[in-house]
Amino acid sequence: MPLGPYFVLSAILFALGLAGLFLRRNLLLILLSIEILLNSANLSLIAGSARWGDLTGQVFAFFGMTIAAAEVTVGLALAILLFRNANSVDTKEIELLKG
Amino acid sequence: MEAFLFYPFAFLAILGAGGVVFLRKPVRALLALVLTMFSLAVLFFLLQAPFVAMVHIVVYAGAVLVLFLFVIMLLGIGARESRLGENARKGFLGLAFFVPSAFLILLLYLFSPLTREPLQPVPGSPESFGKFLFTRYLLPFELISFLLLIGVFAAVALASSRTLFEEPESPERI
Amino acid sequence: MVISLTWLILWIPFFAAVLILFFLLNRPRLAGWIATGAMFLVFALSGILFLQGGIPEQTIESSIRWVALPTVTIEFGILLDGLSLLMLLMVTGVGSLIFLYSQEYMAGDKGYPRYFACLSLFAFSMLGIVLANNLVEIFIFWELVGLSSYLLIGHWFEKPEASEAGKKAFLTTRVGDVGFLLGILLVFGWLESGGEGTFNFTRLQTLLEGIRQAGDGGEALRLLTLAGLLIFLGVVGKSAQFPLHVWLPDAMEGPTPVSALIHAATMVAAGVFLLARLFFLFSASPFVLSVIAGIGTLTALLAATLAMVQNDIKRVLAYSTLSQLGLMVASLGLANPQAGMFHLATHAFFKALLFLGAGSVIHALHTQDISKMSGLLGRMPVTGWTFFVGTLALVGIFPTAGFWSKEEILGTAYRQSLPVFCLLLLTTLFTAIYMGRVFARVFLGEPKEKKTPGDPSWAMTTPLWLLAFFSLAGGFGPWKNFVPLVHEFHAPSFVALLGLGIGGGGLGAALYLYTFRPEAVARIREIAWAPRKILERKYYMDDLYEALIRYGQDRFASLCDLFERIVVVGFTVNGTARLTRWMGHLVRGLQTGRVQFYALLFSLGVTLLTYGLLLWSR
Repeated sequence: MPLGPYFVLSAILFALGLAGLFLRRNLLLILLSIEILLNSANLSLIAGSARWGDLTGQVFAFFGMTIAAAEVTVGLALAILLFRNANSVDTKEIELLKG
Repeated sequence: MEAFLFYPFAFLAILGAGGVVFLRKPVRALLALVLTMFSLAVLFFLLQAPFVAMVHIVVYAGAVLVLFLFVIMLLGIGARESRLGENARKGFLGLAFFVPSAFLILLLYLFSPLTREPLQPVPGSPESFGKFLFTRYLLPFELISFLLLIGVFAAVALASSRTLFEEPESPERI
Repeated sequence: MVISLTWLILWIPFFAAVLILFFLLNRPRLAGWIATGAMFLVFALSGILFLQGGIPEQTIESSIRWVALPTVTIEFGILLDGLSLLMLLMVTGVGSLIFLYSQEYMAGDKGYPRYFACLSLFAFSMLGIVLANNLVEIFIFWELVGLSSYLLIGHWFEKPEASEAGKKAFLTTRVGDVGFLLGILLVFGWLESGGEGTFNFTRLQTLLEGIRQAGDGGEALRLLTLAGLLIFLGVVGKSAQFPLHVWLPDAMEGPTPVSALIHAATMVAAGVFLLARLFFLFSASPFVLSVIAGIGTLTALLAATLAMVQNDIKRVLAYSTLSQLGLMVASLGLANPQAGMFHLATHAFFKALLFLGAGSVIHALHTQDISKMSGLLGRMPVTGWTFFVGTLALVGIFPTAGFWSKEEILGTAYRQSLPVFCLLLLTTLFTAIYMGRVFARVFLGEPKEKKTPGDPSWAMTTPLWLLAFFSLAGGFGPWKNFVPLVHEFHAPSFVALLGLGIGGGGLGAALYLYTFRPEAVARIREIAWAPRKILERKYYMDDLYEALIRYGQDRFASLCDLFERIVVVGFTVNGTARLTRWMGHLVRGLQTGRVQFYALLFSLGVTLLTYGLLLWSR
């Protein structure tokens, strides 16, 4: 089957991920949205790899996953830290950068 | 036959992502994302990447999302319900919908040359993937593992209850 | 050798001033001695120059090129001829005596070192005027002299009258200086257009002579007239001629030695000196000469009338100086620079004498009001008798120096213009009257208090003796002929007798009336109350000037202030600040502190950029 639809799906997922990033108040859910973004990129990579018959795309998706895992680790640690200091992970309540 | 499998699972993936954006309870949003992950794994299979698909399941559904779940359920962080759109005024909402849509259109436009391309055979089995990875991309592989190590250190340093320097006093709620 | 001596003469007082200013502000006694010593040294050097001979028969000039531009060259040099030698001796001679006098007079004053520094600076500037060899240089020193005068008049600056007087002097002479500068530029520009621009005196003289020979009429004459009038404006300012005379009486707020030096003998004489120096320029236009003569005569008469109603002894002398300066200026206007300069020299002696004598009285009695003084001749004989000698010289009684110089001027007037002659005779009468009045009131009659102190010590009396001597003997020296004679003005001898008669008669009458017939004086005063009022208000000139300033300059100044406040400060300065703050306020709205908002903006930016790039690469 043609590859077009895979890319379309990737684009849709990316847009959804962005929307979640902007719109959700819970910090953890924002991190999840970021995961969606990464996944859509991975999908594109794999589809591309299938298009050109080259394994490089898959390898990069593989690396991407690893990095995503590391990022989640650190991100969650930060979220925990934030919660300890501010007693909340609600972005509406944390406006330290204001002004 | 492929298309027959593609569309349902694509639909499920979108459903899951939509869940992350729109569901109120965090745990449910998380589970929706799990659904997305599995659907994507199926799609990976369809794209002749079986090894990556399995790794995808193990890493994301099995580790990352579980981690999220631990944080939410065991530590109670972010367990509250939250709704969309309380975040800001109309302008913000408008923009928040506008930008992703605009980007979507952009991507669709960029991807349009690829619409009719057919698949080509890709050696996606674990054996060939492994060969490829450990020969051409050996260095990045090693570096990535190093990165993971650093991530572990960072997480421990950041979140351990014994702070490294001094006791932070908890500030007032902002 | 002569040249190096002359350069030394110029610069020694400057170094004395610098020395005091930088090192000796805490050592008043030393400062005083250094300054005085420097002046005596300079006088000695001038004496050597004189004895060397050679001048005034020949002229010596030396200069260095100071500013050399493609279009104009300005030099800095000295010109030594009879005229400058005369002035040199006079300035340094009288100056040294006054420096010496000051040491006792100003003893104990808080600003004693500052005083001597300013005095030395003044000496330097005055010598610069005397020795300058070109117009730019003389203008520079002209301004410097004005500055020194301002500093010295305002020496007791804590007294508001003193600092006001200093300002008044500076500003009034400034008006004249503008004219002076314009005149200089006019001359230079005109000559430059003919290809031969220069500031140098000797060259100017040669050039002007050449133009005169060439017989070109109209344009040259008009231009020289204008230039002459403009430069004469400078003279009017500096030598306090009408209508810029208003600063000199107020300048008496300064210490008395300052009044003696600057406002009797030297600075005010600079104007007359300039007239003599540039006589070749003024004489090119008969119109200019008549203007000069007219103003001089007018000033002489005017000031003499004003001197008769003053109660402050220094003001009487100030107006007297104005009057005598008018005489000198008139003499030059009547084309006799030799007589004018001669009178300048003799006047320096006896006027300085009179001022120093007045200073002695003031120092003893701590007042300047003659109504508080009486019968001092007995207690202060040296002061009194020397003052009398000065009076005789001023009125022009034979055989004082004043007689000889005044006779020359009267003779010139008789030959040149009878109206002027009559007015000058009238002036002589008034001069005798006011001086007689002063002398009688201060020194004659019964002493008011028994415990009046006596004469001051040697530092103050020695100059008095010396000046008295020169006031008597000054008519007989060779210096009379230092300034070249332009024209022989032989007057019939009855002129001299007339002058003598009027002067002597007036003096005698005044002395008699004020000493023995005070009731007659009181009656005259009552009868003549109207002219008396006018005189006391100084012909309302001060009021006139003040009104001019209030309605002219102050209005303009407040207009400028308005402009400044609204446009400059409000608009540009504050406006920029307001603009910046407003823009900042706008941009601040973007900094919500919410990270998602920032993320949104990022993506918006990326989207727009990518769209833009895409569209552009089409």
